[in-house]
Amino acid sequence: MSVKISHRQVGDVTVVDAAGRITLGEGASVFRDMIRDLAAKGNKKILINLNEVSYIDSSGIGEMVSSFTTVTNHGGQLKLLGLTKRVKDLLQITKLYTVFEVFDDESSAIRSFA
Amino acid sequence: MAERKILLDSTLDSVEVAETAVLGAAREIGFHEDDLHQLGMAVRESMVNAVVHGNRYNSRKKVHLSVTKAVDRLTIVIADEGDGFDPNSVPDPLEEGNLLRQSGRGLLLIRAFVDEFQVLPGQPRGTEVRMVKYLAKAS
Repeated sequence: MSVKISHRQVGDVTVVDAAGRITLGEGASVFRDMIRDLAAKGNKKILINLNEVSYIDSSGIGEMVSSFTTVTNHGGQLKLLGLTKRVKDLLQITKLYTVFEVFDDESSAIRSFA
Repeated sequence: MAERKILLDSTLDSVEVAETAVLGAAREIGFHEDDLHQLGMAVRESMVNAVVHGNRYNSRKKVHLSVTKAVDRLTIVIADEGDGFDPNSVPDPLEEGNLLRQSGRGLLLIRAFVDEFQVLPGQPRGTEVRMVKYLAKAS
């Protein structure tokens, strides 16, 4: 399955729920388009929930980094929630743990934006 | 040693075909789920490099996949028909100044997920990537 992605509002934080595979092609582009759209519409607090994401390749990682840059350039913040062990491993291998704020718990993540 | 060779088109569909073929062989010799995931990612990244950066989606160019099973290892060779590639030309994605680059992490992931990894000039042209994953080391 490719990626399924939706968003919801929790206070002033936009939570993006992703599920499936974020890989080169449709998966990565769907993800990119949604984050760019949210940033362009003025959403400045974006939390990406990756709890149901089973697979991310280097293109998917690239899209997350690009999304981080896009949101930051719009004066916002982008954080990550609910990483599986495999995705955590990827962030460690790529040293992106030093870039992203990562949370296991949604409430803590939401509060961190305040 | 049982070798299987597959000739693949330069499309993203071929990435899935290659991943499926390699994982099938890996299951047959007893790799476990985490190792299968790592192998799958290494194959996916190598295939994307061959299709996108090597052959540049050229329908006249093929990707050559070879999967060789041994009792203790799986050897995978992926060769494209592109213009060749110098892996040293890729900026180090772990350098502070490169962390926010969108691309350039594929080779890093491949190296992390297999036990042996070589990038060689293809014959007569292109790039050949050779990867080995050992069963004992992986388990």
